[in-house]
Amino acid sequence: MNALELWVFVPIGVLAVIGAAGLVAARNPIHSALFLLLNLLSLAAIFLILWSPLMAALQIIVYAGAIMVLFIFVILFFVRPRQVHTMSYSLPLMYALGALLAVSVLGVVLFALYQGGLFNPALPAAAQVEAATSISSPSTLGRGLFSRYLLPFELTSVLLLVAMLGAVVMTRGEPGDGSSREDSAEEAD
Amino acid sequence: MERVVAYSLILSGVLFSMGVLGVMIRRHPLVMFMCIELMLNAANLAFVAFARHVGEVSGQIYALIVMAVAAAEVAVGLAIIVAVYRHRMDVDIDDVSSLRG
Amino acid sequence: MQYIHLAILWPLIGLLVNGLFGRHLPRKLVGFVGCFSVFLSFMVSLYAFVMYLGSQTLGLFGEYEYYILPWIEVADLKINYGFLVDPLSLLMALTVSLVSFLVHVYSLGYMADDDGYSRFFAYLNLFVAMMLTLVLANNLVLMFIGWEGVGLSSYLLIGFWYRRKAAADAGMKAFVVNRLGDFAFLIGIFLTFWFLHNMRFTALRAELSGPTEYGPYLFTAIALFLFVGAIGKSAQFPLHVWLPDAMEGPTPVSALIHAATMVTAGVYMVCRLNFLFTWSSFALLVIAFLGGFTAIFAASIALVQNDIKRVLAYSTISQLGYMFLAAGLGAFWIAIFHLFTHAFFKSLLFLSAGSVIHGVRGEQDMRKMGGLARYMPQTYWNFLIGAMAISGIPLLAGFFSKDAILFAAFQAKPELIPSAGTILWIVGIATALLTAFYMFRQVYMVFLTPPRFEESELRPHEVSWVMLVPLWLLSIGSVFGGYLALPALFRLPNLLGPFLQRTLALGTEKSAEELHRASDLLREGLLMGVSVVLVLAGVGLAYYLYRVRWGVTERLKRMFAAPYRLLLNKYYVDELYDAAVVTPGRTFAAAVDEVVDRGVVDGLVNLVAFVVGAFGQLLRPLQTGFVRNYAWYVGSGAVALVIILWLVRG
Repeated sequence: MNALELWVFVPIGVLAVIGAAGLVAARNPIHSALFLLLNLLSLAAIFLILWSPLMAALQIIVYAGAIMVLFIFVILFFVRPRQVHTMSYSLPLMYALGALLAVSVLGVVLFALYQGGLFNPALPAAAQVEAATSISSPSTLGRGLFSRYLLPFELTSVLLLVAMLGAVVMTRGEPGDGSSREDSAEEAD
Repeated sequence: MERVVAYSLILSGVLFSMGVLGVMIRRHPLVMFMCIELMLNAANLAFVAFARHVGEVSGQIYALIVMAVAAAEVAVGLAIIVAVYRHRMDVDIDDVSSLRG
Repeated sequence: MQYIHLAILWPLIGLLVNGLFGRHLPRKLVGFVGCFSVFLSFMVSLYAFVMYLGSQTLGLFGEYEYYILPWIEVADLKINYGFLVDPLSLLMALTVSLVSFLVHVYSLGYMADDDGYSRFFAYLNLFVAMMLTLVLANNLVLMFIGWEGVGLSSYLLIGFWYRRKAAADAGMKAFVVNRLGDFAFLIGIFLTFWFLHNMRFTALRAELSGPTEYGPYLFTAIALFLFVGAIGKSAQFPLHVWLPDAMEGPTPVSALIHAATMVTAGVYMVCRLNFLFTWSSFALLVIAFLGGFTAIFAASIALVQNDIKRVLAYSTISQLGYMFLAAGLGAFWIAIFHLFTHAFFKSLLFLSAGSVIHGVRGEQDMRKMGGLARYMPQTYWNFLIGAMAISGIPLLAGFFSKDAILFAAFQAKPELIPSAGTILWIVGIATALLTAFYMFRQVYMVFLTPPRFEESELRPHEVSWVMLVPLWLLSIGSVFGGYLALPALFRLPNLLGPFLQRTLALGTEKSAEELHRASDLLREGLLMGVSVVLVLAGVGLAYYLYRVRWGVTERLKRMFAAPYRLLLNKYYVDELYDAAVVTPGRTFAAAVDEVVDRGVVDGLVNLVAFVVGAFGQLLRPLQTGFVRNYAWYVGSGAVALVIILWLVRG
């Protein structure tokens, strides 16, 4: 890793962590969503550094674009603006347990990375750099997607279809239940 | 291991843990949901980093598929939250505990 | 000959059509399918019969055996869906399919107004298929399939009007009593396989035609076990109790299953396995004596019964006793001969009785009939022909077959008890007297005595032609059926005897020259004379009591009150079973229910439930209903798993 990469990587990584921290900490769900957006965009930048331009683009389009818009839309639709977010946080016990779990997950991950030889950095071999360059091209990705990974790819499309249908069925509401939608609309005003 | 890959993996672990923490301590279902998305993204980051490390395109493809699955999950998850909200006029995750043993 | 199984296939197709779609088909089509499938079956049998007689390759009365599918092959047990074409199976198939066809046609009229029209024909078709399987099978196991199949269809048809408790109970009774016999039958089959390592009739016969390594005791055991099966199926004493109750079924069923075909399966089985039974003279004697006893026992009960169908039921039991008597004395072909003629005249009698019941709108009590000859002359004539045939009025079918049996009995001198033949002849001839009496008592009570019903109320009427035509056809059989095997005395050819001779030859049948010896002929003539006199005496007595001195029977009943009650209650056999088997069985079952079922079994089940419940109670606090708690479990589980894997793999 050359110095330039490092200089770019560290600030972006810090931004990503800030985004994550803000997501967890913010009282207002809207703020949470915006912090997540920050996180996602930083990750897109890191994907670029990792020589995956297509993934970066998709990260922005699919995540930052589509999914986050969906989130924010739902939040705006359901969360009353003057609602006091008393319910945002939990009991102290849950804090303790959550922190314990988070720390142990991090510990496990870091220990695994340590075992896997993370901290004996080596300079990239020329061949490795070449391979890494080749995977950055979208055409390689596309070829893999439509040859070796064709079946998972197609199955994913089926999954999306099913999820779409499921979402439609679940949000349609029962007949005679239309009042609640009106109520919520009134309250959202 | 390249340093950029190593840093990416550490970042991925940190983000994942923060996602776990968020799911654990927040009570707002939408925020919990976003934390889950954060965890998925952390995993994606690890995939892409490994793809770079191995020089194989598979990691990116996994990440792509995770992304699609995340999209599906968001659609269904938000639909569930909407349905619950309609039903109860409230979205405190701890109030939705009628399956208590 | 390799098409004889089609005779089974057609009724099965009829069963499928009527059973699956019958409710949605028009009635005419249902009836047509039911009858036509059996008609095709009859045509197949007839064609096979004709081809068989004309066959050059098979030789005179040879056998043809083939199988369509392998069935069971385990070690040295090889059983196929195999069929045997020989004189015996052909004759049986012809009789069964012909009578079945006529009864089917009759049922078109008899069941015309019934709700279960298609169900009825489906069951009847099932019966025909199973009965033909029984008689055409070339091995004991396939025969057993048919045996159980006819039992099943019999059960279904007895309980056909299942909303009537009596009918449902009667079906159950028939099934349970038959199970007793079938159990012994199965043991007999197992023993046969265990010692003789074969199930095919021809192979068994080949094995038994020479000397065997087993003594007579084994064969006595096998024969007796098999015979117990026959006792159950053919309603011989003491397992006869189901047959009279089986009259709860529709009358065509009584005619077909409980008179002409199914109940003769026991006789058929004994004759089919004659090579096995002849190895045990003791078993044969048991068969002969039990048959003789049943014959006179059932005939005496029939004397006083008042239900038009029950009289015929006891008569059937009695006639089956005759057949076993003949088989037990080694005269197997005569047993089959009587089976053949009996199939005609007994189904004729039952179907005529059905016409009577139909004509008087369901009344079955003969005390409420009388004088019906005027209203339904055709039925009357048919019933009369049947009665004459079964009584043994000269030159009708029953006369020849019954006399053949009596003559065989008189001639027989079994090794163990030489006088057995004479004893059985006396029993037989007494039964003949009783038979003539009760049959003509019935004729008089139903048709010729003064009417004992409100004519305006009942309005008896003749039945439709669709029911009369089968009656007339059966009448023809009842009159001429006997001419197939004329006694030697007549100096005319005996067709049936030689035809069956080769299959059933191992009996003590006399050769043709021996039959024509002058002294035998004289004796035969004398015996015939005696039986004719006795039969006429029986008829005359019925005429005297029920015609000339109408009403005198009431006085007789009072005079002989005790024996009358004994007969009317059928020797209290049912009550005996109740006391000896049913009540103790119920008590035992109640005790088992109390102790084993409710105590042990329920206890175990409750224990399992309690343990599961306790664990559930223990783990219940974990199920808080809070999503995040569950997430925490999942997360810590994952972490723990990774750590455990590390620890394990080092």
